This record gives sequence, structure tokens and C-alpha cells, in this order.
Amino acid sequence: MSRIVSITLQTNDDSRPIIEAITKDNPDAVAKYYPGMVKIDCEGRLVVKQETVEEILGREWDVQELQLSIVSIAGNVDEEDEYFELSWNL
Amino acid sequence: MAAKRKKKLGLKQRYSMLTRGLDWETSYQKMDDVFPYDNYEGIYIHDWEGWEDPFRLTMDAYWKFQSEKEKKLYAVIDSFAQNNGHLGITDARYVNAIKLFLTGVSPLEYQAARGFTHVGRQFRGVGPRVACQMQALDELRHVQTQVHSMSHYNKYFDGLHSAPHMHDNVWYLSVPKSFFDDARTAGPFEFLTSISFAFEYVLTNLLFVPFMSGAAFNGDMATVTFGFSAQSDEARHMTLGLEVIKFMLEQDERNVPIVQRWMDKWFWRGTRMLSLVAMMMDYMLPKRVMSWREAWDIYFTEAGGALFKDLERYGIKPPKYADIATKEAEHISHQAWHIFYNYTHAAAFHTWVPDKEELDWLSEKYPDTFDKYYRPRLEYLDKEEKAGRRFYNDTLPMLCQVCQIPMGFTDMDDPTTISFKVSEYKDDKYHTCSNGCKDIFDHEPMKYVQAWLPVHQIYQGNCGGSEMEDVLKWYKMNLGADNLDYNGSPDQKLWDEWQAHRTKV
Ligand SMILES: [Fe+2]
Ligand SMILES: [Fe+2]
Ligand SMILES: [Zn+2]
Repeated sequence: MSRIVSITLQTNDDSRPIIEAITKDNPDAVAKYYPGMVKIDCEGRLVVKQETVEEILGREWDVQELQLSIVSIAGNVDEEDEYFELSWNL
Repeated sequence: MAAKRKKKLGLKQRYSMLTRGLDWETSYQKMDDVFPYDNYEGIYIHDWEGWEDPFRLTMDAYWKFQSEKEKKLYAVIDSFAQNNGHLGITDARYVNAIKLFLTGVSPLEYQAARGFTHVGRQFRGVGPRVACQMQALDELRHVQTQVHSMSHYNKYFDGLHSAPHMHDNVWYLSVPKSFFDDARTAGPFEFLTSISFAFEYVLTNLLFVPFMSGAAFNGDMATVTFGFSAQSDEARHMTLGLEVIKFMLEQDERNVPIVQRWMDKWFWRGTRMLSLVAMMMDYMLPKRVMSWREAWDIYFTEAGGALFKDLERYGIKPPKYADIATKEAEHISHQAWHIFYNYTHAAAFHTWVPDKEELDWLSEKYPDTFDKYYRPRLEYLDKEEKAGRRFYNDTLPMLCQVCQIPMGFTDMDDPTTISFKVSEYKDDKYHTCSNGCKDIFDHEPMKYVQAWLPVHQIYQGNCGGSEMEDVLKWYKMNLGADNLDYNGSPDQKLWDEWQAHRTKV
């Protein structure tokens, strides 16, 4: 049985670098686009890394800025200064 | 990049500074007297410090991000109003989904604010107490922003003028209202299981996500924006739901069967309530994003499957009747729409028979059921309407004692037979729509016999009078405008005039 974790983000200017960072840091992630939003699924675990988003953005980025474009999630959340992670216990 | 200024404390420490050490053991009053509600449900908690805060949003960050969300949202609301955004929607039929949302769903946000304020006082552990209080603030924001966003439609369209009064009185709105009343009158742990877990974690994706995406697709900028703005808080609420479940399950084995029963109950109640959303998605969006069936497969079967697999290690099973609910996903939107089509003369929104292209879409999305059971009926109703005999049902329906939905849903293995269950309690008979609702009734009959069932109340003479018209006036409905078929409605007339004007220019 699949154990997909998932994050859905609005598609807007704030979220584009986050989406790019997620795709880069989670090679198995699959992004599905719907009107106004994107749902990114990944088997077992998915991480959003501050470092990668900052590289893409070229400025400091607080992981909690995710709050501005997040729509939904599936998975257990682990949030720290440097990352935001979703996982299921495998 | 310049060297980063390092924060003195890590996120976990900052959050624990906010949430820990604020409470104390009382000395001249007993703790049980100060917190009288958090142990009568039979839930054993040994260590409140075992509570894990999944989102660690400190107060300063909370205000910062929330105010940013508000600024964005109100910029959109203003520009929507200034630019006559209502002219940009796909079709005026769409607004009926907004009417149902404003009268049926937005008042639940307010109920959530009340519920979380209440339980935010009742836990003796400070972690969940802070989480609930912050969520109460979010929920208040949700109802306010929804009323503000949708008020623009109230200037032009019917049926949006008396949402709070209607929510408290109108027959179909007792479905969502009684759901929250039931939750708020339960103990604090059951409340969190019902709202935070079953509703927000397991089911809210089905309500908000495809519907908001549908609003985007149908040019309703105001709704998309408040929807996404609310939903950004929802991600936090969902994790609270999952955390409270894990917390109860980890604290004591004796909690497991209680939690399982609550999950079964609230999953079923939730799916019943979402039948309103199912018909919004399949019938009320002129441009459709995905069918109810597809949404169910993604958000319940797939996402819920992974979730319940994760909870298996605690001895938790997927909700009882999940298989029935999955079968229902083939039928429920069609059956719910049919009920409203029957009774739209008594509703504050319009219904209609979908046009040919829309019927074809439904046939394609429901290949096993739509052509067999539902399309012929809709085509018949269409023929009748065109012959000047638009059908309205003048007999009031019996309501399910638990979910309060008119008993028009069928047995899922036999979609031409109405499902109908009976229980007895103190020499009276009570009717429920399904085994799911019957189980809930039978477990707590003394609670559900008190249900304020709109049809019973009408027959008892408590709703404005004995004629349909008296009752509808008591509901504050503007007859001939708010109710009846979309064809021939003032909404339609206005919309057609706008469209005609547009082609002229
Ligand atoms: Fe809410
Ligand atoms: Fe919420
Ligand atoms: Zn029922």
C-alpha cells in the first residue's frame, strides 16, 4: 500500500521558489497542478529545506513563511528553524 | 549571502517558552474542580508534558503571518468589489454554491471558534490549551473573512441576506448545524476528535481543496482567496487533530477503544454532512475540476489510507463503514441533488437539471452508475419542466434522527431501495438513514432523542404556522426570489441582462 505524504500549495509568487526547492530536494516528488494550486506527493517522506529555498530566492527565508501559501498537508509534521518535514512512520 | 543572524533559541525552545510553565498545581481548590471536564469521558492522561506541538508558531510569528494573510486577502476583496468581480464568474448558477456555503459552512467556523474557546479552557495540560486558544482565533477570522468576501454577492443575488437566522432554523441547514452542536456538547477530547481529527484532518480536504480550486476555475476570485487564506490555517489545525489522537493513544491503552468509537462516529457524521459538498462539486460548479468520486479517491482512499496505516501500530482500524462511504461516493451527489431538486421551493438557493454537456460529463465520470440510475431521472424531470410541469414535492420528508438528512438515500448495494433503520427507546420509535447513524443513536439515545428536527418542529407548529408559506416566511425567505428553480429566477433574469449587455458592447 502506498504511503504518500503530501503538501498542497497555492500557485503564486511566494510559492514558486518553494515548489522548485521541494522538487530539487525530493527527487521522487510528483507535482500535480490544479486551478490555483499544486499538490506535491512523495512516498514516505518530504522535506522543505530553508537552505535550498534561500538559494533560489537569493534572500533569507523563514521556514514559517510556508504559512502564507500552504493549503493542505498529509503526514506527521516536524518543523524546525532549518526545515519542514512530513513523514509517515515506515 | 551575508552571514545569517542566528536566533538565540531554537524553534522548539522558543515555543516551549510560550506554552510551558504557565500552569501550576492548584492548592486551595482541587485540580478536578478547576478542570471538571477533561476526565469524565474515560480518557486517561498520565503526563500532559507528553503533548508534542507539531506547528511551533510563537505569538510574534503568529501575528506577523496572520496580518500578512489578512492584508493580502482584503486587497483582493477590495479589488473584487471595485472591479465588479461578480461579472467575471462563469455563470450565475455558480452563486448557488456560495449561498449554500455562506448559510451552511461559514456559521460552522463560528461554531468552531466557540468550541475551541471552550475546550481551550478545559484541558489541564497547557500545551493543548494554548493550541486550542490559538485555533479559536483562527476560526473567528474565518467566519469574519467569509462574511466579508461573500457580502459582495449579496448586493446582486438572492438568498444571501439572512445566513445566521437561516442556519439556526432552515431544514437542510440543521444538517451542518447539528453536526457541530453534537460536537460542542460532547467532552473536550471527543470535541477534538470530531472537529480536529475527523473533520479537519480526515475530511476537510474534501470540502475546501477541490471546492476552492473549483471557485478559481469559475472566476470567483473572492472565494478562492478567502478559501486559501482559511486553508493556510487549516494545515495547522490538521496537525492538532493528528496530535490529539496520538497523544490519547500513547497515554493509556484503555483510551484506544474510546478513540476508535469516536473515529467511527465522527467519520460517519462527517461523510453524511459532506454529501452537501458532493452535490456542490458535481452539480453546482459550471466548470468542474474533479468529480466527487475523484476527490474521494484522492483525499479519503489514498490520503486516509496512509493515515490509518500509520495509526495501526496503536491498534486503530480504519473507520467502521469506510467501505460503505466509498461505495456512496458513486451515488451520493446525485441523490442529494435529487432531494434538493424536490424541495427547492423550500430552499434559499436554486436547483436545475444540468444541461446536456454537463450530463455527459457526469456520465463520463460515473460510468457505472449515472446512466443506469440517475440520468434517465434527470432527463424525465427536464421533460416535465419543459412541458410546464416543474416537479416540486409538497410532502415533508422524514429526517434521520442523527444526521438530520431527509431519508432519501438508498441502500448502496441496491440503489433503488431507500435505506431506513429503526431503533426503539423508552417505547418510542426513532428512524435513522443508515447503520452508521443507527449505531450512533443506539450508543447515546438519551442525547439524540433531544434532536431539534425541523420537520417534526414544523408539524408541531413551532415554525411560523401550518402552511408551507408561513414556514418559509418564518425562515425569512423571499418567496419567488430566494427559492424555486433557477430557470425563471430573478438571479437568472439579471444575469441574462448582463450577458446581453456584454454582447452588445
Ligand atoms: Fe476554519
Ligand atoms: Fe479549522
Ligand atoms: Zn443519518
